[in-house]
Amino acid sequence: MGRYILKRLLTMVIIMVCAAIVVFTFMYLAPGDPARLQLGLDATEEALQAKRSEMGIDRSYIEQLASFLYKTFIRFDFGDSWTYGVPVMAEMGVRLKRTLLIGLPAMFLSVTIGTLLGIYAAIHKGSWKDSLTMVIAMIFISAPNFWVALMLILLFCLKLGWLPAYGIDSWTCYILPIVCSALPGIAINARQARSAMLEVIRADYITTARAKGQKFGVIVRKHMLPNALMPIITGVAGGLCGIVAGSPVIESVFSIPGIGAYMLSGVNLRDQPVVRGCVVFFALFTSLTILIMDLCYAFLDPRIKAQYSREKKVD
Amino acid sequence: MNAKKNSTISDFLRRLLKGWGARLGFALLVFIILACLIGPILMPYGVNDIDLLNMFASSSKEHWFGCDAMGRDLLTRLLYGGRYSLALGLVAALLSAVLGMLTGLAAGYFGGRTESFLMRFMDVWSALPAMLLCILISAFMGDGFMPTVIALAVGGIPGSVRMTRGQALSERYKEYISAAESINCPKITIMLKHLLPNVIQPMIIIMTTSIGSTITMAAALSYIGLGIQPPTPEWGAMLSEGRNYIRAYPHLITYPGIFIAITVLALNLLGDGLRDALDPKLRE
Repeated sequence: MGRYILKRLLTMVIIMVCAAIVVFTFMYLAPGDPARLQLGLDATEEALQAKRSEMGIDRSYIEQLASFLYKTFIRFDFGDSWTYGVPVMAEMGVRLKRTLLIGLPAMFLSVTIGTLLGIYAAIHKGSWKDSLTMVIAMIFISAPNFWVALMLILLFCLKLGWLPAYGIDSWTCYILPIVCSALPGIAINARQARSAMLEVIRADYITTARAKGQKFGVIVRKHMLPNALMPIITGVAGGLCGIVAGSPVIESVFSIPGIGAYMLSGVNLRDQPVVRGCVVFFALFTSLTILIMDLCYAFLDPRIKAQYSREKKVD
Repeated sequence: MNAKKNSTISDFLRRLLKGWGARLGFALLVFIILACLIGPILMPYGVNDIDLLNMFASSSKEHWFGCDAMGRDLLTRLLYGGRYSLALGLVAALLSAVLGMLTGLAAGYFGGRTESFLMRFMDVWSALPAMLLCILISAFMGDGFMPTVIALAVGGIPGSVRMTRGQALSERYKEYISAAESINCPKITIMLKHLLPNVIQPMIIIMTTSIGSTITMAAALSYIGLGIQPPTPEWGAMLSEGRNYIRAYPHLITYPGIFIAITVLALNLLGDGLRDALDPKLRE
């Protein structure tokens, strides 16, 4: 098991370096002169040249790439933002808190409510309760997340005036972003939990448990839920990645200065240190989440655990 | 032969349209496609006809869904924009499915070094979530139809590669493939003529729903200021135009969103129906 984790971590480092090279190349080749974007249209050629050498973009591709990789992976420094002059790492730390303040509760809500709804629907399969839950889930999967957010702003902020529509001044500002981020996750998890439960319901060991007269609640808790747990873990990991990946859009709807909005502003202003920093962070976050998910599988499912202990190559 | 093929198709359609969900999705989709293709021709207004007397007009007999900030008829723009949104979703989903399928087939069929190289490559590719990749590539490629299609397609490729590879692996050592190999059938023919038809089913299901999610992603991309830009009447671009007037004229963001939601809903319902119809486990 230890060897497996080590191997995965090493692979992860290689993937991170490759992703960093790719994003560096993208930003290097992207149209638009960063110096001109910083200084404006009426800057003189000398000023532009000076700015370029200050940013370090007058060097060759290899030199720039080498210095970027060295700084990022050896000294853990993403450099200073070209637009704001603030170290990217420090700014990301501040903004990450806001993104996670939305992401973690949203993930928690989507997993708990989604799973409960899915179980509820599976138990009442065929009745109107099942159909209604699934129709609602289908609607929330289909409606674009950011549009639902706009509609909720329209209802709760502009019509009813209960909640603020944007900003991060008080905790009430976080309610709508959390709910909006959670809604599609709830719907997806409900559908997944339902089909996982339905698959389990038909299994022989459930028939056995019922035949011996076990109480239905105990069957659900002890026999069905553990087997339906695997899709739930996928839901947690996928949900977390999805919410963080969707953060540029939802943060732009609610004007929240989180990490997604940071990346978006970096992209628009060709602020390369910001974009690189955010991309490396997102890649790290996704890889780590998936690694933890795989370890949870191994820990919870004896079948997968057995594979690792036999040192079999699992890919 | 022909009669048999026809009966397979009609059998498939009958199975597909058995559930009410798939039936509804199919009907909605056909309706939306027809409306977007024919609608703009029948409408009395042009897509860019500015009418300052009707700025922000709300619903009326002349303008069913009202008018936008420049008095352009909203329904006309929605129908016309549907062509963009549907085309974006279809082309991008098709592109990513085809590229992913070919790569996945190659990985699954050849195995060994080719496979591990391709799969490690996909690991790097999928280290970034699709939406972020889409934002980056869209910023890098600029706006316009084809750049946006590529930006939207790129994120889905690793998923379809993995999917196809898994399917191809399970078919790879079956007898019909060995038989084809034993008569010296060219590798490319084996892959495309023998392997592909047996691995394509799950991809069709995934592609149907991915058209929907691509439409949503395209709308989100336009909304945050990348991808297709106003005044092009793509649904996301219309949302992004309308958001400045959310307080006073909410109809500008309500209707485009409803159009997106219904289209994606239709595709999802159809995808579910396809899954039920094609999944051999559920077949009676």
